[in-house]
This record gives sequence, C-alpha cells and structure tokens, in this order.
Amino acid sequence: MEFVCNFPFFSIMVSMFSGVISSVLKGKKARNLGVAVNGIVIVLSAATLAYVMSTGESFVYTMGHYTAPWGNEIRVGVLEALTATFFSFVMLLSVLGGMKHLSRELEDRSLGMYFLFLNLMLGAILALIYTNDIFTAYVFIEINTIAACGLIMVRKTGPVYVAATRYMIMSLMGSGLFLIGVCILYTVTGHLLMPNIQESVKMLMLRGEYHIPLLMVIILITAGLAIKSGLYPFHSWMPAAYGFSLPSSSAILSGLVSKSYIFLLIKIIYRVVGKDTILGSDIIKVLFAFSVFAIILGSVGAIREKDIRYMNAYSSVAQIGYVYMGIGLGSRAGMVAAMFHILVHAATKSLLFISAEGLSQASGHTYRIQELKGAGYRSRLAGIGFTVGAFSLVGIPLFGGFISKISFAVAATEDPRKVVLVFIVIAISTLLNAIYFVRTVIIIYTPAAASEKSRRVKLGAAGCTAITVFAAVNFILGLFSGPFIGAIKQGIAMFQ
Amino acid sequence: MLEHFLENGEVVTSVILFGIGLAALLLHKNLIKKIIGLNIMDTAAYLFLAAQGYIEGRGAPIVTDGVTRMDAYINPIPSGLVLTGIVVSVSVTALMLALTVCLYQKYHSLNMDYIIMKMRKEEE
Repeated sequence: MEFVCNFPFFSIMVSMFSGVISSVLKGKKARNLGVAVNGIVIVLSAATLAYVMSTGESFVYTMGHYTAPWGNEIRVGVLEALTATFFSFVMLLSVLGGMKHLSRELEDRSLGMYFLFLNLMLGAILALIYTNDIFTAYVFIEINTIAACGLIMVRKTGPVYVAATRYMIMSLMGSGLFLIGVCILYTVTGHLLMPNIQESVKMLMLRGEYHIPLLMVIILITAGLAIKSGLYPFHSWMPAAYGFSLPSSSAILSGLVSKSYIFLLIKIIYRVVGKDTILGSDIIKVLFAFSVFAIILGSVGAIREKDIRYMNAYSSVAQIGYVYMGIGLGSRAGMVAAMFHILVHAATKSLLFISAEGLSQASGHTYRIQELKGAGYRSRLAGIGFTVGAFSLVGIPLFGGFISKISFAVAATEDPRKVVLVFIVIAISTLLNAIYFVRTVIIIYTPAAASEKSRRVKLGAAGCTAITVFAAVNFILGLFSGPFIGAIKQGIAMFQ
Repeated sequence: MLEHFLENGEVVTSVILFGIGLAALLLHKNLIKKIIGLNIMDTAAYLFLAAQGYIEGRGAPIVTDGVTRMDAYINPIPSGLVLTGIVVSVSVTALMLALTVCLYQKYHSLNMDYIIMKMRKEEE
C-alpha cells in the first residue's frame, strides 16, 4: 500500500489530537495550532484526492490491520477525497474570515475552547466522510453534534444558550432515530461494515425476507439524518442557531455540518441500503415532497426576516431543500447535482455569513437589513462578497449557483413525472431568492447620509483573504464546473 | 399475533420505551424531563441491542476455564456497541445538563416555553 493511503487516517487523527491539545493552550497559540492543523488537513486531503484521481480506483484502509468483518475501515474514493478537501478548505477560510471577530469577542481561555470544538468538528466531519463502518458513523455524528453545540454556545449569552438547547434537542432526536435504525440494521444483517451490509441487504431483498424491518431502517436512518441536517419541517432550530452564533460558527454550521450529514445519507443510499432498494421504497418521494416545501417556505421565511443573519439562515433552509430535491429525483444525475450544490452552498453561504458580519461592523454592529444602508461603500470588500454570494444563490450565470440550478433542471428532465414540478419550483424559488437577496444588495448600495460615509471599516488581512478567495471559488465553480462535476460523477460511479 | 409479541418481549419493550423517550424529549416543557426522555430513548436502543445479541444458554464473551469453543459464548459485538453507545449518551447528557444549568442561571426557570418567552421579552 502506498504511503499516501494513510493520509485520510492521519488527517482525522491530527485534527482530533490537536483539538485536545488546544483545550489547554491559550488564545493565540490555540488559534495558530488550529489554523496550522486545518492547513495540514487540506494538504493531506488534496494529496489523497490526487492519488485516487490518478489511480481511478477507491481504496480501503483497515485500522489496526484487522480485516473485515472484525476491523474498522476507512474507504476513500474520489468523492470522499474531493469533499474532504473542499470542506477543510471552506472551514479554514470561514475561520480566517471570522478571525477578527473571534479575537475581539472571546477571551484567551474561550478561544482555546473554541478551537478545541473546531478541530474536533473537523475530525468528526472527516470521519463521517471517510468511514466505512456505520456504527463509527453514529459515534462521529454525536461528536459532531457536541462540537457544533460548543461552537454555538461559546458566546455565553442567554439567547445563545436557548439556541444551543433547541439545536441539541432536535439533533439528539435525529441521532436517536439514526441509532435505533443502525441497531435494527445490525440485527437484520449481522454486519456493521457498509459493503457487507449491502451484500446482506441484496440477499434479503432477493429472498424477500425482512421487508418491513428494512423499510423501517431506511425510514429511521433517513429521518434521523434529515432532522439533523435541518430539512423542512425540522428546520425550526436553524435560524436561532445560525443567527446568534459567531460568524465563523454560522458559516461552518450551515456550510459544513449539515452537509456532512447529507453526505453520509448519500453514502448510505449507495453503499449500505443500495440504490435499487431505496428507489423501491417510497421514502425518496417523501424526501422530494419535503424538499419542495423547504425550497419555497425557506425562501418565504427569508423574505419576512429583517435581520440579515436570520435571512441567511432561512436561505440555508431553502438550499438544503435543493440538495434533498436532487436526492429525491432518485437518478444519478440528480445525485450529481445535489453533490455539486453541496459544494456551491458550502462556499457561498460561508461567504454570505462572513460578508454580512463585515457589513454589520461597518454599520455600527447592527444586523437589521434596513440599517445597513450604504454599508457596501463603507466596507467595500464585504459588499462585493455579499453581492457575489447573493448572485450565486439567486442563480445568475457566471456563478456557481447557476450551474447547480441548471444541473437540477437537466436532471429533472429524466423523470417526466417530476420535470414540470421541478421547473416550477426552480422558477418560483429563483424569483423569491431574487426578492430578498437583490433587495438586500440594493439596500447596502443605497448611498447613506453624508455623515455616515466617513465611517470606513477595515476587515483585516485574514478577513480580506477569506472573502476574496470565497468569491474566487464561486467564480471557479461557475466558470470551470466541468472538472468538479466530472470528479463527482467519477466518485458516485465508484460508490457502486 | 400476541404470541409474536410475547416471543419478542424485549424488542417490543424497547420499541415502546424508545417511543416514550422520544415523546418526552420532544413534548415535555421541562428541560430535566427532556433529558430523562433522552436517556430513556438511548437506553431503549441499548436494551434492543443487548436483547438481540443474547443467545440463550451461552455465557458472556470472556474466556473462562480455558473454554475456547465459539458456541460457548455470545457475540461480543452488540455488547461492545452498547458500551460505546453508553459513553456517547453519557457525554451528551452531561452537555445537556450543563446547558440546563446555564439556562437556569440566566432565566431562573427550567420551563423551555417560559425561557423562550422571557428571552423574547428581553430582546425587545
């Protein structure tokens, strides 16, 4: 085995251990360690991606050299490596983007704790992406939940505690359902490793045994992960959790944490239950129906919001709906579109949360959209960043969001029963997105009173870099989407 | 039908307990009761696993008296899963309790509805 095959395991371990170490470090040291480890993880994941792309095959890494069915495994294909690289990259940029805010708002001690949660979360997200064992996935789901809760409650105010509690309650319900689903699946199939389970499930389906338990398993696992990723109607915790946390936390929670659960769901659909079994059950139609509601009602919620952070949070509800719509189409093309949208939304929503923070700083720390008048002039880069993010999610050509909307539309044409509905939903949602995003962009570029104009605010080097790179990523996803979509297709083909 | 239920008594019990726990976690207003619900829910899953992993007439999967025959012991994996799960649920419970303490210190109540109402009032 090549040395590079160790890299996924190393990256998980490095982030977990550095998390433990940062809890005893203070302020800047913890920050430097966290950023450095994140950088290392990006390099390791990129090397893994290059390796799997060059061999064109996925590989399985056995922990402690115990082979299946006893040992624990990591499996790496193109899709896993691409997602890991992209997610760790987005995480680094989100941290850099919110750095100024972090250092201002948290004392030395809390900063250490913040990076403890951050690194723990990075490790958990990587583990969820790579793992080949379904019970390991459950354990890391819980670690991810705990770390996410830590990121929310680090601010220590009343509303933040309320938001964290509500997040935990919903999240724990989701993981409870996932756990009982996994337990039933284990008792029915007798395995925990994904390929072995899939084999057993295929056999059981052929023989026509355990039909109802398997259906229950699919429902429980899908419902659990849907609740955790905040699919409508389980989104009630989202606005408060994203709205009250620090900008880096909101960016990471909305861009990465909820997506890691969706990634796990996609993996389970292909590698555990098997695509044909899922298609045979009606759960995919239910997901599709919920996603349609999520897209429309999320956007309506965003229009009604007067707080820019809440608006972004409700927009996440709609975007999660898009991802589930791709899954709900039930076709390969739909899944590719969903995966691409995961990448686009991770880059875009993080950009929006961080730029919104810049705009609010330039307007005397208010988050009310009406009071952000002229903020685009006072903090130019934040204004440009917000505009790029907004245009991307509205689906204007040149930006990443346009490509994902096109992909959803093209994927829908394969299914004559859903095509009309998908087209109508995309059209309505584009219109609704345009209403709230363009409205906000117009407000931030409406010249304010002369006295306001002098209050220029600097974002700091880290913030500027983050916004510039995020905006560039949006353009790259929009202009050169070919390689990304190619890699996703290759990755999904490797799943089967 | 009834025979079926009686035969799988543990499974039926654990599913009922899971439902009770889930309902308590979701519907109770009191935070401590919510946490109790969470624990009932998790414990139900462990009962399910432990019951399914048990084979009548076999011992715990620890080699005793030098007996190494496979059919003398039960499958150790479900027990291992239960142990892992217990660790997870303990840490989650600890976190929830810590959050509850924080909330109580801020709002002097354990009633989630009251806390949310008070928070909204303070915001205005």
